[in-house]
Amino acid sequence: MPKDSGIGASSKRREDVRFLTGAGNYTDDINIHGQLHVHFLRADVAHATLNGVDTSAAEGMPGVHRIFTAADFAAVGGLPCGWLITDRHGQPMQEPKHPILAEGKIRHVGEPVAAVVADTLAQARDAAEAIVLDYDVLPAVIDMKAALQDGAGRVHDDLTSNLCYDWGFVEDNKQAVDDAIKGAAHVTTLELVNNRLVANPMEPRVAVGEYNRSDDMHTLHTTSQNPHVIRLLMGAFVLGIPEHKLRVVAPDVGGGFGTKIFHYAEEAFCTFAAKALNRPVKWTSTRSEAFMSDAHGRDHVTKIELALDADNNFVAVRTETLANMGAYLSTFASSVPTWLHGTLMAGNYKTPHIYVNVKAVFTNTVPVDAYRGAGRPEATFQLERVIDKAARELGVDPIKLRRQNFITEFPYATPVAVEYDTGDYVATMDKLEEIADLAGFAARRKESEAKGKLRGLGVNCYIEACGIAPSNLVGQLGARAGLYDAATVRVNATGSISVMVGAHSHGQGHETSFPQVISEMIGIPEDQIDIVHGDTSKIPFGMGTYGSRSLAVCGSAMVRAAEKVINKAKKIAAHLMEASEGDIELKNGRFSVAGTDKSVAWGDVTLAAYVPHNYPLTDIEPGLEETAFYDPANFTYPSGAYACEVELDPETGHVKIERFSAADDFGNIINPMIVSGQVHGGIAQGIGQAMLEGCVYDADGQLLSASYMDYAMPRAEDVPFYTVDHSCQTPCTHNPLGVKGCGEAGAIGSPPSVVNAVLDAINSGSGKKVAHIDMPLTPARVWAAMQ
Amino acid sequence: MYAFEIERPTTLQDAVAAIAGGGQALSGGQTLIPTLKARLADPGKLVSLHGVAELKGVCTDDDGRICIGAATTHATVARELAGSYPGLASLAARIGDPAVRNRGTIGGSLANNDPSACYPAGALASGATIVTNTREIAADDYFHGMFATALEEDEIITEVKFPVPRAAAYEKFIQPASRFPLVAVFVAKFDDGVRVAITGASETGVFRWTEAEAALSSDFSAGALDGLRVDPDHMIADLHGDKAYRAHLCAVMTKRAVTAAA
Ligand SMILES: Cc1cc2nc3c(=O)[nH]c(=O)nc-3n(C[C@H](O)[C@H](O)[C@H](O)COP(=O)(O)OP(=O)(O)OC[C@H]3O[C@@H](n4cnc5c(N)ncnc54)[C@H](O)[C@@H]3O)c2cc1C
Repeated sequence: MPKDSGIGASSKRREDVRFLTGAGNYTDDINIHGQLHVHFLRADVAHATLNGVDTSAAEGMPGVHRIFTAADFAAVGGLPCGWLITDRHGQPMQEPKHPILAEGKIRHVGEPVAAVVADTLAQARDAAEAIVLDYDVLPAVIDMKAALQDGAGRVHDDLTSNLCYDWGFVEDNKQAVDDAIKGAAHVTTLELVNNRLVANPMEPRVAVGEYNRSDDMHTLHTTSQNPHVIRLLMGAFVLGIPEHKLRVVAPDVGGGFGTKIFHYAEEAFCTFAAKALNRPVKWTSTRSEAFMSDAHGRDHVTKIELALDADNNFVAVRTETLANMGAYLSTFASSVPTWLHGTLMAGNYKTPHIYVNVKAVFTNTVPVDAYRGAGRPEATFQLERVIDKAARELGVDPIKLRRQNFITEFPYATPVAVEYDTGDYVATMDKLEEIADLAGFAARRKESEAKGKLRGLGVNCYIEACGIAPSNLVGQLGARAGLYDAATVRVNATGSISVMVGAHSHGQGHETSFPQVISEMIGIPEDQIDIVHGDTSKIPFGMGTYGSRSLAVCGSAMVRAAEKVINKAKKIAAHLMEASEGDIELKNGRFSVAGTDKSVAWGDVTLAAYVPHNYPLTDIEPGLEETAFYDPANFTYPSGAYACEVELDPETGHVKIERFSAADDFGNIINPMIVSGQVHGGIAQGIGQAMLEGCVYDADGQLLSASYMDYAMPRAEDVPFYTVDHSCQTPCTHNPLGVKGCGEAGAIGSPPSVVNAVLDAINSGSGKKVAHIDMPLTPARVWAAMQ
Repeated sequence: MYAFEIERPTTLQDAVAAIAGGGQALSGGQTLIPTLKARLADPGKLVSLHGVAELKGVCTDDDGRICIGAATTHATVARELAGSYPGLASLAARIGDPAVRNRGTIGGSLANNDPSACYPAGALASGATIVTNTREIAADDYFHGMFATALEEDEIITEVKFPVPRAAAYEKFIQPASRFPLVAVFVAKFDDGVRVAITGASETGVFRWTEAEAALSSDFSAGALDGLRVDPDHMIADLHGDKAYRAHLCAVMTKRAVTAAA
């Protein structure tokens, strides 16, 4: 019997009522009396020496309050990078200054060069057109390989080259890997591109800065996945505002997908300008600005080699990757191609020798940072593509080849520094074969062929590391912040509960699933429990939501805080019933004394805590509110197996995704419906990456895919009805809920099976041999590959 | 958007006068409004054709031609021509999305003459007549290349007259992002011959594929097109397809249109 509330129930997403009825409160809905509007004049060339910004004609235009340029930020820090990477030779990465407004040089199309603050947005835009930029265009550095060549133009003149770092992982394994590859019976090599993407959340970024002279308080309302992180970065590194004078509020946020983790120039600008002008200052990104100022995702060029012995056992993996950083280091840019990518290169397989080399490169493009999956999709894609290619070369079944090499014993320490606590890759593959009806594929292929179409089947596995992560570990790896989370469980006198959580919900459904956990623990209805999130002045602390960490990390903090609350409530109940604390049991919202018929309701105890007339005041304080910080012992390791079936029109190269099946192991599950929804959304984004989305620059650094006329987002018609299953559950061993995280799996796990399916259709049906096609698999690319 | 004034005439005469007085025609706004929002145009004054009843609706003239008012929306054409000219109705039904079809108009589309628009193919293949406030222009004389037409300054389209072919079909292969045609082909079979118009493909805008027309006029079957190729030279090359691919699609889509029409 499915439960109708608590852990395991598919409780309806309560937040959707306000989202679907137009009652959401997004940052752009915030309008403060007296607010001014800022328009950023953005660079229309990719690379130039900026000699001067002449604002004289614009200054006096109607409504203009002030025009800012880099000179106004001379006393202010640059936007910081949160992760220091140490390279193969023990050297720190090259870390250029990331100014709020372009300083001396323009480094990418869309970089803000000047900012006009005016009474209305139209006035600000009018005045921006009257600003004259004096610049000398320089050749743009766009192609990563060319950027690393001797004599290449430099994005940053004060760095020694365009190389941010040359990272080797694990450097000590390199020789053993080289030797294993030399001695291998078979080596499959694949060069591929992980295409650059634009996250495109439905809600564009918005920032509203506010300053109150009476108490010297700054407030920033912003579209963020992690308001505390923004407070930390902006307060400590950029503007020099202490935490108690800076409040960051992220109200309803209409999708993040990673791109709203980072601290952006516009946020610092609005906060700074609000004080400078003593007026609230608002900025709302247009969709065009979003394309050229939101951090982009992916953009790796990789060569991967997979070595196998004569029995088709994997013996070694070696990769060389160029990772595009764009023009500046965005907040977590440096960690994505390294620790979030290299550590995943074992995948689901017991490959003994692995070596990963990543060169991060500066180019005259928008900064690149984490996007749903962040590093893990890149790892999964190369590994699962090269395995498929090896299977084809060796003439073996790709599923068999995977099964043969699965890790089957846990815990398993990979050669790339992480230890998987649990998993059952055989079970998810078995489940996949069942739900995807792989047995029926041959018949479906015949039907397609009868229509003149080619049908292909692609399969892949994935493993990811979520719930980032033990602070002492990430600190050793270069993180400049801790990665715990925090929650306060505040029980009100009448027994209702507010839980202040550091996680931020922007589509994940926390407002529904977090109360399910508390409801289960205490036994009161879910609707008596609310979470509070997104405001640094209301919640204790928090590192926010990304990396599928909310439930595993913040949810664990919430459980710990709730345990403290329950322990205290038991003391109060023991006092009320004149029993000993050890005999008190809490069930279905009542405390009872074991072995007796004595009981008191949850509400009686909570009332006693706030009206302590009959209360053990000598032993415990009144009130019922507890906070816990939780720092996990390890990452969590969700895993799964995915299958995609496509039908390809050989005349046009058009591919239709006919079936998509996903068997995931997320450990324990709080709300199966929300989990399915997360997987659905992730797969849609993965299909988007595989089939449609491609962010393209020309050689001059102009963004060719700068609008929806040229950047293709997946639509309902582009995706099939998915079959998803998460009944394979190996609970996480080290967090109290046994949960692993499910937010990114779909986006990580789906691109390889899509591409594998298209290649299967071509290679198995058309008589043509095509080893690889780079994403997105547009009809033009598929057709060209078949010629 | 720059500030502008707007006039809302209710008669054609007033509309023409307002445009002659320095205004720019605004029909469905599905092209013009995005252009204004991006500050790519600063017309000063817009003259909305939306309230001009004379410019709206569908009728049939004495020669049996279907006459569509310039300010008639794609949705209306899709609905009203479903029985009388299903090929053209189906073209209109596949433009953009419902919001676009309920605002965008045939006159706006033909005046704009986007090299990837649908209507130019329908009008050219049908041998339509573009009627303006001053004259009638045969479709063969009307399309002058990308975004260029025979329209003079201040001349506006009032109506488009379509002879109805015996058989017709429109095959649209969409560009994945914009969902405008990457290549689309309208084939119309008349008693005196077949006309084939292709949009989306050429740097010179919509064009007639005369070799295919000749072949199809003697044998209206996909097989008649075997071996015929469109010269890739003047094809558009962009993110979504190179010249060779577009040239290839011209042939594939023409065959499919013939099959669909036959
Ligand atoms: C999301 C989206 C998807 C679309 N998809 C497609 C598609 O798949 N296929 C396709 O063909 N089109 C597509 N379009 C374009 C759409 O068909 C427009 O309606 C059409 O291009 C312009 O018509 P309009 O009535 O909106 O003209 P407007 O935008 O009002 O005007 C366009 C231009 O024509 C001029 N003009 C308007 N009416 C007249 C007239 N009577 N005489 C002279 N000049 C005039 C205007 O001054 C302006 O320069 C799409 C548009 C959008 C927004």
